[in-house]
Amino acid sequence: MSAPTDLRYTRDHEWVRVDGGEATVGITQYAADQLGDIVFVELPDEGRDLEEAKAFGVVESVKAVSDLFAPLTGTVTSTNDALAANPELVNSDPYGDGWMIKIRLSDTSEMDDLLDGPAYDDLVAAG
Amino acid sequence: MPYGPHTPADRERMLSALGLDSVDDLFADIPVDLRASALDLPPPEPELELSARLREMASRNRTDLVSFLGAGVYRHWTPPAVDQLLLRGEWYTAYTPYQPEVSQGTLQSIYEYESLIAELVDMDVVSASHYDGAAATAEAALMTCRATRRDRVLVSRGVHPQYRQTLHTYMRNLELEEIPLVAEGEAAGTTDLDALARMLGEEDRPVAGVIAANPDFLGLLEPMSRIGELTHAAGALFVAVIEPVSLAVLTPPGAYGADIAAGEGQPLGIAPQYGGPYLGILASTDALVRQIPGRLVGMTTDLDGKRAFVMTLRAREQDIRRDKAASNICTNQALLALAASIYLATIGPHGLRDVAANGAARATELETGLAAIGVERVHPGPYLNEFAIRVADARTVHRRLIERGFLAGLVLADAEPDDPTLADGLLLATTELTTSGDIARFVAALQEVLSGRPPVGVETGAGAERAANPVGATR
Repeated sequence: MSAPTDLRYTRDHEWVRVDGGEATVGITQYAADQLGDIVFVELPDEGRDLEEAKAFGVVESVKAVSDLFAPLTGTVTSTNDALAANPELVNSDPYGDGWMIKIRLSDTSEMDDLLDGPAYDDLVAAG
Repeated sequence: MPYGPHTPADRERMLSALGLDSVDDLFADIPVDLRASALDLPPPEPELELSARLREMASRNRTDLVSFLGAGVYRHWTPPAVDQLLLRGEWYTAYTPYQPEVSQGTLQSIYEYESLIAELVDMDVVSASHYDGAAATAEAALMTCRATRRDRVLVSRGVHPQYRQTLHTYMRNLELEEIPLVAEGEAAGTTDLDALARMLGEEDRPVAGVIAANPDFLGLLEPMSRIGELTHAAGALFVAVIEPVSLAVLTPPGAYGADIAAGEGQPLGIAPQYGGPYLGILASTDALVRQIPGRLVGMTTDLDGKRAFVMTLRAREQDIRRDKAASNICTNQALLALAASIYLATIGPHGLRDVAANGAARATELETGLAAIGVERVHPGPYLNEFAIRVADARTVHRRLIERGFLAGLVLADAEPDDPTLADGLLLATTELTTSGDIARFVAALQEVLSGRPPVGVETGAGAERAANPVGATR
């Protein structure tokens, strides 16, 4: 399955949707499938400052735990509270209801480091 | 399956496949001075002679003393069923019961341990289990840092000095500060709440957790609710260090708002066996379940709808989470946790209340007896079954009482050399094993020692000299 072309991606399998100065962040379908049934998502508090490529949270499945890495530098403006009760949303709708955090960006030029859909597909295909 | 060790030929084949001359070459990267050297062992002896020598050495232990020593480890009567059941071979197995299909008995025993302790501490989650009370307390401190993403922990000086030592080791790369005790007045010997409030209020130095013990190291009852309120108002987590038997009569940590409870499980059916192995109790609220280290066993149903037990939330632990695990220690004290479970199940809630209440009653009796000969407590506050007394030249008094067959608790100057208020202190504990006769004889012996009289039946001169050097005195 191809990654949506309207999003940008990191090499750590996070996706980013930028709207003005704000970015929504989640993990890709590929990442969710690799992790398996997700049972817990630990997200940062609102207002926390994130630094590009540093861990901001944890996603836990029945068989693995993985850090979530900030795709861009910025401040957390909101988190997806629905994941506390329904972490499986990350598996069922990773690009929609399974979103994780919104960030107010400090430096939109960091966007240039992210991959587009076809480039991310190539990364996944290359294993 | 029979176990066959490698033969010299096997080793030779493996070494030649690796292109090495000796097994030592495998360790070439480790500096020579860091490698284990050969053990310095004496030559072998015949079993008969060796047994006799070991018996002679063991006989130098003074097991005849009437003991008033507690200080974190307490003698209790253990129903013989506890040790008898521990002898069953089924328990001497499976390091970690990863495979529920072959480990239902072990898993059930751990589940029952967790359930019993959860009831005792009145908290949601109990992990099974940790090395000892000090290790459990240190894990609790690290939990508060992970959960709050802060790195400054405050520990009351009322927490056992050895626990604080362990905390300093664990917290070497974080910040650990000690909260002083009140020096005088009604609250002497308990956590200084004004100092705590000041430390919590320091600007730009947010606190992750506050650790206090109830009863504290000096046997005194702490204002745990108040400490918890101050802690929570600063956005920090509250760690209560508990003594499990006391919880049969004292308010449990869950009821006064503790986020984490840690403590030593030894009083629950485990003999005071020279410092260990013991049992670290660690419990928390549901909110901290992903931060608690140690195994958690849950009850569920299998595919056929039958009751089943299984380890759960495995992703906290080292085998899955590697360097980000909740602890770098991935083992437990299963056999001792089982001893605690059998003890609690055998003695029951009413029995445990009797154990705690009897110990407390004997302590009151001891205080009254001591007051009658003019020996006073160091601190005026309430206590349960342990308190400090002040006698001039406490260390000598302690030694003289050993000569008379009494272990007069702990010389506090040894445990807390930097605290001038404890310079002449002896810390005395009683349990349900202490008898009124023990107390009467101890008080009489102490009076003798304080008045400078020789022990009854010992003449001055050669005899007194002999008595002054008892074989195997504690020091």
